[in-house]
This record gives sequence, C-alpha cells and structure tokens, in this order.
Amino acid sequence: MKKFLTSVFVVAISTPLWSQVDSTLFRRVNKDTSKLLLNMDAVYNRPFLSVGKTPVALGGYVEANWQHLGTDGLTEGHQFQMKRLTLFVASSISRRIKFLSEIEFEGGTKEINIEFASIDFEFHPLLNFRGGVVMNPIGAFNQNHDGPKWEFIDRPTSATQMLPATWSNVGFGIYGKKYRKNWAYAYELYLTNGFDDQIISNAQNKTYLPATKLNRDRFEESFNGEPLITAKIALRNKKVGELGVSYMGGVYNKFQMDGFTLDKKRRVDVWALDFNTVLSFSKTYLVGEWAFVNVDVPDTYTQQYGNRQSGGFLDVVQPVIKKDIFGFQKSVVNVVCRFEYVDWNVGKFKETDGNMSEDFVSVVPGISWRPTPLTVLRLNYRYNWTTDILGNPPSKTAGFQFGFSSYF
Amino acid sequence: MKKICPILLISIVSLFCMLSCETFEPVAVDDSALLDGPVADLSAAEHIQFLKGDASFNNQVFSSSNGLGPLFVSTSCGSCHLGDGKGHPFTTLTRFGQTNETGNQFLKLGGPQLQHRSIPGFTPEQIPAGATFSKFMPPANTGLGFLDAVSDSDILLFADPDDLNGDGISGVPNWVELKAYVMPRDGSVAQNGKYIGRFGKKAATYNLLQQTAQAYNQDIGITSTFEPTDTYSGVEIDPEISNQEIQDVVFYLKTLKAPIPRQADSDVLSGKQLFLNVGCGGCHRPEMKTASTTIQSLSNKVFYPYTDLLLHDMGSGLDDGYTEGSAKTSEWRTPPLWGLGLSKNSQGGEYFLLHDGRAKSIEEAISLHGGEGTKSKESFELLSTEERRKLISFLESL
Ligand code: HEC
Ligand code: HEC
Repeated sequence: MKKFLTSVFVVAISTPLWSQVDSTLFRRVNKDTSKLLLNMDAVYNRPFLSVGKTPVALGGYVEANWQHLGTDGLTEGHQFQMKRLTLFVASSISRRIKFLSEIEFEGGTKEINIEFASIDFEFHPLLNFRGGVVMNPIGAFNQNHDGPKWEFIDRPTSATQMLPATWSNVGFGIYGKKYRKNWAYAYELYLTNGFDDQIISNAQNKTYLPATKLNRDRFEESFNGEPLITAKIALRNKKVGELGVSYMGGVYNKFQMDGFTLDKKRRVDVWALDFNTVLSFSKTYLVGEWAFVNVDVPDTYTQQYGNRQSGGFLDVVQPVIKKDIFGFQKSVVNVVCRFEYVDWNVGKFKETDGNMSEDFVSVVPGISWRPTPLTVLRLNYRYNWTTDILGNPPSKTAGFQFGFSSYF
Repeated sequence: MKKICPILLISIVSLFCMLSCETFEPVAVDDSALLDGPVADLSAAEHIQFLKGDASFNNQVFSSSNGLGPLFVSTSCGSCHLGDGKGHPFTTLTRFGQTNETGNQFLKLGGPQLQHRSIPGFTPEQIPAGATFSKFMPPANTGLGFLDAVSDSDILLFADPDDLNGDGISGVPNWVELKAYVMPRDGSVAQNGKYIGRFGKKAATYNLLQQTAQAYNQDIGITSTFEPTDTYSGVEIDPEISNQEIQDVVFYLKTLKAPIPRQADSDVLSGKQLFLNVGCGGCHRPEMKTASTTIQSLSNKVFYPYTDLLLHDMGSGLDDGYTEGSAKTSEWRTPPLWGLGLSKNSQGGEYFLLHDGRAKSIEEAISLHGGEGTKSKESFELLSTEERRKLISFLESL
C-alpha cells in the first residue's frame, strides 16, 4: 500500500520525475482490441498503467503549447500555455463492476473539474448500468475529448462552446452494445442534472450552453428538479466507419420556486450527428460532428440570445510519412486540416426580417507528428473569422500554435 | 539524413513561424476605416483610462446576475454602438411623452424611455395611452470629446433664431434643466436657469456624464449614484455600477478620435464645394473649435464635425409629435456628418439614417429634409446627376 501511495504521488506530480521512478513497477494495461470500438468506449479506451499487483490502473494526459495569435493587427504576443493536465484512475472492482474517474486541471489550477467519476455494472452486454458523474453522450467529441487523440491544439469551437464539452453531470443511465459480423450497434441513455438559465444570461452576450458550467452547485443540486435526458445510438462498420445520432434535452429555467409558478417550462434541445471514417484508398482519416441547438427563449427577452444555433467541425487527417524517425519506430507524420463553423444565432431580426449573423468560421491547417500513438506534436496555423450579430465586416484572428499532447 | 528530414523541416518551419509570426497574422484595418480608437497624443495614464472605459463600454455585458433590467433595451453599451458606429433597427430605442415642451408628463408611467425587453419573469413596458413617441437610432460615438469641449458662446454664434440673415435657416439651442449631478462647464451660458444641451437626437443631454449615467439606467437598467432610480420599481436602489466605472466610460467617450476623412480626390473636393453651395453647411457646419480643457489632446483644437449642435425645424415629415427639453416636436439637432461613409460597417452593411433610421441611403436622407432644410434640399435636387454623385462621394469620404 505504501508503495502504491508513493507511486500515485509520483504520478500526480510532474513528468520530469519519471526518470527517478522504478519503471518496472508499472505495467501497461493491455487493451481489448479484439472488438470494434466506438466513441462511447473512449473513456475506457485509454492507456493505463497498473501499479504492482493492485487492481487499480492509472493514467492521464497532458497538453501544453505555445501560440502567437493576432486579431486585426493586435497581438498578445508569445503565449505559453499549460492547457490541461488530466488524471484517470480506474479500477476493476469485480469482473463486471468497474470504476473510472477523470480529474482535469485546466489552465494551471484555474479550473479543477471532475470530468468523470462513475461506476459501471455489466448485467449483459446489452444492459450496463452507469452512475455517478457521467459524460453526456452528445455528439462524439464530448466523450472522446482526450488531447492526444486529436491533431489540433485547440478543441473544436462547436464542440466546446456551442456544445459544452467537456460536459459531465451527476446522474445515471444504461448502455449496451451488440456485435454482428462487421457491425457494432450501441445505445446509451442517461438521466442527469441539466442546464440552468445562465445559458441565456451570461457574459458572452449570446446563448451559450457552457455557461451552466459556472454553476458550482450543479453536482449536488439540480437547478429546477427536471432531469436532462441524453440519448445516443451509434453504429460502426469495420470497413465504413462510425455514425452516431444523439439527443440531449431538458428544462433549463426555474419555472417554480417554493410552490409558486414563475414561468412556463422552457426547454433546451440539442441534436447532433457525428461520424468518423478512414478512406481506404488514401488512408485519410475523417472525423466530424454537426449539432443543432434549440432554446426556448422568452419573446420578451432580447434576440441577442438566439433560440437556435448550429455548427460543427470536420477534421481531415492525412498520414504522409510512416517510418522510423529519430529511432521512434513507425512514427507517423500527418498533414491535417480542420474546418469549423458556428452560427450562434440562427434566424431573423424581428425588426427587419434580415438575417442575424453572429457567425464563426475557422480553418486550421497543420502538421502533426506522432512518435508513438500516445504522443503527438502539433503545429497548427489557425485562421478565424468572427462576425457580430448585425453582420458587419468580420474580425479576423490568425496565427501559429505549436504544442504537444501525450498520455502518460 | 532521410529520416531526419521531415522533423527537421517541421522544426525549421516552427522556428521560422515563431520568429516571424506577425507576418502571418491579419493586418490592422487602416485607422481611417475605423471609428473606434483614441485621439492622438494621450498620455500613458490617459491611455490606461481609455482602455478601462473601452472594456466597460464594449465588453461589460449585463445579465440578471449583475443587474440587467429587470426592464431593459439592450445588454451593453457596445451592443447598440457596435464598433462605436451607428445602430440598426434591432438596437433602436423608443421614447415617449407629449407634444408640448412642458417637460415629460409620463415620468410616473415609466417615461421617457420605453424598456420593451425584460428578463424572464417580468413584463416589458408598454407605451401608455395618450403618449406620443419617437424611435431613436443609435448615433456614432466618435469625436464626442471635441463636441463636448466647444464653448457655449461658439454654439450661440451659429444660432439665428429669427433668421436675421434670411437664409431660411434659424437654428436654436435646446435649453435644458441640469440634473443635480451635472456640473455646468466653465463659461457656460444659462437662460432662466437652463443650459444648452448638445448630445442626443434632440440635444436634450448636457454632457457625456449625463448621457452615460442615463444610458446605463434607461437602456440597460443599471442604477448608479447618479441615476439611482430603478426603471422597473420606480424606487431608489443600491448602485449597480461604480462611479469610477462610469467616469472611465465618460473618459473613453471623450477621447474617442474624430473620424478621419478618406480619399480626398477631385470628385470629393468638388463635392465639398457643392455641399457648401447648396447650403448644407448652414446647419452641417464644417468647422468648429474646442475651448481649453483638462485633456491636452482636446484643448484648443480645430475639428470638422459638420454640425452646429443646434435644433432645426425639419418639417412635418420628420415630426413624430414627441419632444425633449425646449425642442419642438419637428426640431432635431443637426447630426454630425463625420464618419457618415463608415456607417454601413456598423449597421450590418446597410444605411439606416435620420433619427429613426428610416432613410436607407444618403440620397433618401437628403430628400426627407423639410422645414428649414427644404431650401437646400431643393437646391440639391436641382444639381445634375454628376454633381449629386460628387456631393455624395464627398459625404461618403467623411
Ligand atoms: C439600446 C441601445 C443603446 C444602448 C444599450 C446604449 N445606447 Fe447610447 N445611444 C443610443 C441611442 C438610440 C442614442 C440616441 C439617444 C438620444 O438621442 O438621446 C444614443 C446616444 C448616445 C450618446 C450620444 C451621442 C451623440 O452624438 O449625441 C452617447 C455618448 C451614448 N449613447 C453612450 C452610451 C453609453 C456610454 C452606453 C452604455 C452605458 C450606451 N450609450 C448604451 C442607443 C443605445
Ligand atoms: C436646416 C438645417 C439642415 C440643412 C440645411 C441640411 N441638413 Fe442635413 N440634417 C439636418 C438635421 C436636423 C438632420 C437630422 C434629421 C433627423 O434625424 O430626422 C439632418 C440629417 C442629415 C443626414 C443624415 C445623417 C444621419 O446621421 O442620419 C444627412 C446625410 C444629411 N443631413 C445631409 C445633408 C445634406 C447633403 C444637406 C444639403 C443638401 C443637408 N443635410 C442640409 C439639418 C440640416
């Protein structure tokens, strides 16, 4: 036990200490790769180290980068950023009961979040129970957000700002999977705490689902006593790829207080489509997601807060070199490009019937090098166009970013 | 060697990028194409205050958690004054009152301003029965410090209440009562205890402090020590913004630069001559000067706003039956024309001109001039197509 605690301590502090650790203590946990993996498997499909003979496995990843971005001729100069450090602890309590937690430190220790902390019971492959802090399966990015899995330094805007990745809540649900020949089918259904009225009342001056994350009470108290339903079905074909359709919806406002009715129940409903595939002829990896957000905003409020949003991203990853580089066997160099779009306010002004703009477009070409599958070095060039609600000439931001992300 | 190539390449490219990053970043839009930005030669301390005010004006968004409303028109200054330019029908506000100059009779009923939006759970205000009203399109906020620093005596020089020079243009100041927190400028001229207003569509606001404190209160529902009355309940409540922040915003407004004219080609120059020939300059005065003030960059400067800061009877077409201060219902303050050509960049690509944005082009704005403006409008219409084009290109160069 003492040995275990010291190891946890060692892992918890920084990487430079690695060299002093007796690495024979750690054993890479073998992943089950015989089955088709879906996005929903991402939480457990991570590299873990188990310590000695304990049933506990540890893991995590770290992301850091440099960037120099300029907006319309103004720049904040060179920025070195410790984006995040995430720790996972998993344990098999019994053969069919397991636990996993994921703790994330963002921007140094500015934000410390429990991203995931749930216990899974397997009753049948088609019926598993999961409870605790779960990651709502809306789109694919939310569940599959680990930095080292992506070739881009920034997370996709549509997934992290329109959809609120990483978005976890307390609750429970069921999931299951079925395999048949080249196919895997899966479903997930969760009831959790949900959004609050900050989604239409926030410093962003626009409908902004992530604003609810500022509510520090949400892990112990539902804002309005109404559950948020999140459901997803996905299918994967070994040759074609994966397609997911997901829905998340619930009431976001406080419609009653101490027995008094304050307002009607107002809903937020989100639909998302996600896919990923590898083109067989060129080995190009494509991954993307598109989502629609509908929010019942009171008519008497301001259209500054839109009642509809839509947006998504597409990543194109083309491996161009796969060979030994500096002794890293089979290391891979990719040429990559991300396309992003968000319309924060879909619809028309009541006053003019003209289009409400408030758009975000971004193109991010880059190069990434994976010395091992667990580690990626990335060089991105980002170009963003941001248009205000009236559709005035866009503000442009662009610049280079360089960084790494690695599991440890 | 072969193995090293790609990595070497990446490293070299990265290093190259790190050292020459700015070449790959969007360049600044030319200063003359922007309305925001400070006047020249501010001191470091003044710059810091400007930036603080800028942040409050443009980035400080109000929501129910920091005082928005409960009744409001918009959620921040910057939402209505995008890029410090003119507004859009979405950001237009409505004021209500009555047809005579006896002071607003509807203050007890939520006047003068309509807050037609509310946070959830509250019912927005409606125009009370019997009230007249007018819609106001947000003006550009540029160069306000210069207009603020003109002496009253200079403004009075432009006035010609009895049209002694016979040009059909009279021009009178709006004599307004000062709010208790408003200090008159040095050397200001009073008449029966009233002072000359110079901001707003009807020039009913004395200075930028009053404009700012009222905007927080009436437009956003934010109370301050200056304007402590909550527009919803009608009672005084705790201030929701500090005096310091209001003063920073006032400083920001004062030190916003004057728009910089563009493309002074021969068309523009002859357009300017035509503008003066047809008598537009009788109200849209090309040149003014500031008195000495505490902000060096604004002290004793000549500037070119194309306004006289006076009220003019613009005829029945522009008479909404609503008034403020001593202004009559058909009287409007001559709006400065500087920055006119950049209006579209803040109005979503279209023009919304005149006090309520009814004119969709400069030509239409001119053709809606009536009353004291009739004569020069008619002269404009007598110009050849070519001459009119030149006059318009002059206005667009402002
Ligand atoms: C609802 C939209 C809206 C908001 C919010 C708003 N304004 Fe305005 N602003 C206007 C309109 C409309 C006018 C013209 C008002 C008038 O004629 O009295 C105006 C006029 C002004 C003027 C006078 C300009 C001139 O040329 O006379 C200033 C200064 C100003 N606003 C500053 C502010 C400040 C500071 C804030 C934030 C506290 C603010 N505004 C918030 C719409 C808005
Ligand atoms: C009698 C004084 C007077 C004269 C002469 C006059 N104007 Fe105006 N002008 C005004 C006033 C007052 C307004 C604002 C009316 C309103 O808001 O409804 C105005 C508005 C405008 C506007 C719209 C500005 C804006 O910001 O919305 C333009 C453009 C304009 N005038 C151009 C001209 C031109 C060109 C001429 C000469 C042909 C001219 N004016 C002559 C007083 C005058």
